[in-house]
Amino acid sequence: MSPLISIGCGAGFSADRLDPACALAESGRVSYLVFECVGERTLAHGHRDRMLNPEGGYNTLLKPRMRALLPICKRTGTRIVTNMGAANPKAAAQACIEVARELQLPGLKVALVLGDDITESISPDWQLPEAGKTIGKIGHKVIGANAYLGVEHLLPAIECEADVVITGRFADPSLFMAPVVHHYDWKLDDWDRLAAGTLMGHLLECGMQLTGGYFADPPYKNVPDLAHCGYPLAEIDADGGLVVTKLPEAGGCVTLQTVKEQLVYEVHDPSAYLTPDVIADFSNVDLREEGRDRVRISGVRGRERPRTLKVTVGFDGGFQGEAGISYSGPGAQGRAELARDILLERITRLHKCAGRLRIDLIGLNSIHGTATTRASDTQDIRVYTTYQDFDRTAVETVMWEVESLLCCGPAGGGGFRGQVTPKVVTHSAFVKRDTIAAQTQVLEA
Amino acid sequence: MRVKLREIAHARAGDKGNISNVSVWVYDARNYEALKEQLTPERIKRAYPKLFRGAIERHTLDRIHGLNFVMRDGIEGGVNTSLNLDSHGKSWSYLILDLDVELT
Repeated sequence: MSPLISIGCGAGFSADRLDPACALAESGRVSYLVFECVGERTLAHGHRDRMLNPEGGYNTLLKPRMRALLPICKRTGTRIVTNMGAANPKAAAQACIEVARELQLPGLKVALVLGDDITESISPDWQLPEAGKTIGKIGHKVIGANAYLGVEHLLPAIECEADVVITGRFADPSLFMAPVVHHYDWKLDDWDRLAAGTLMGHLLECGMQLTGGYFADPPYKNVPDLAHCGYPLAEIDADGGLVVTKLPEAGGCVTLQTVKEQLVYEVHDPSAYLTPDVIADFSNVDLREEGRDRVRISGVRGRERPRTLKVTVGFDGGFQGEAGISYSGPGAQGRAELARDILLERITRLHKCAGRLRIDLIGLNSIHGTATTRASDTQDIRVYTTYQDFDRTAVETVMWEVESLLCCGPAGGGGFRGQVTPKVVTHSAFVKRDTIAAQTQVLEA
Repeated sequence: MRVKLREIAHARAGDKGNISNVSVWVYDARNYEALKEQLTPERIKRAYPKLFRGAIERHTLDRIHGLNFVMRDGIEGGVNTSLNLDSHGKSWSYLILDLDVELT
């Protein structure tokens, strides 16, 4: 019988922290440390970066992460699996090899997986179900398209026993489950076990969201030592018996409450969580606190995997300008509202800017402004203007208008900051599984 | 007794495309029935019609005392489209926790 395997999370999003990942690698508690760093937003921006620089398009924190982790992982025998390849896994793997050479780690093996990037094979008549139209009807340039790959596409790389496995787009839980499938030699139609492995991956994939991050709400929900919160790890047995926990010395907590919140995070119907590997049913799970910061999860079921794979298609979204100016002290609200009215008048009537415009009064009503109106007696208001357009000149005009309020607007306006960034819009499509061909390559330092 | 939902429950918001989901969990299982009875999709839609423009579905997790609400067309276009500073709708959980519930 194979010994129990433990899988750790080293990052749950592109900009996640590094020091708790080092602590988990250093502990020797996990066989694999998985860095999940790709989202709908980050991948689209990866494609854009790659267009500007053929060697770019992968996670910008890959090198600093590898510099810190490769020596530790070499020592503890912990393997790394990551989708930090984003829009350019090849360049990411090469960068990883460069770091290994810098650190004088000869023989370090990096496996990379290609095949998720299907930008070349998409067609204008593909349906985008949520948008309710075809790719062609969106009317903007396609920047990139990636299929969500699954465990079957990752196994060849895991089987290489490389020190680091680098991928582009995979379903997040698959990155965590592939080492488990390999370790116990689970069959790819063993739906209940695959559902348990998927639940493990789903719980770990957002990092500290399982151990107290995105959770604390004093005085109702208190988290010990959140400043030094640890990443989660899971212990999973050959039958899919699953426990999630954290290092005892790390900050944070793993409780019924943190596990519940993460269980359905970004899940719609809990009885049908669709991945490339299985359709998992979380609706009848039982949770049991087995000890301090240890929660056992049971009762997950699975059924046959979907016949199609999800694809994210990124489109050129023009430019977004964001600029703020602040009004403080007595009468701040009146001056801020006057500033907003001036901006509306000049941007839409005088300059006839026809893009999408939103002006928030931060401190009075901003991110909940669409939903509701709140009373406030604040004397500290930031007039925050957001404008999106395909015409960059119009975006710059809006930024200029906000800045001009310094001398031309209401009294006491200060603290202007503004920036223009390229925007990417994404939509989902679906492809037949058999149209995807993944390939694994191995590099050595 | 009328209380804010935040007194008896915790919640988390997530996003996928232009769909928001907010899960709501009672601290004390004895309040689950009251939550289930009063926190309906219609109630949420009525409270925030301008934000939640599409259909709202509710999934129940009776064994662990939670409700999962799925708001279609619920993030002002989604993370890559919305002009809202909170373009993920991360804070929508607190719109739900700000609603009142009646406890007996």
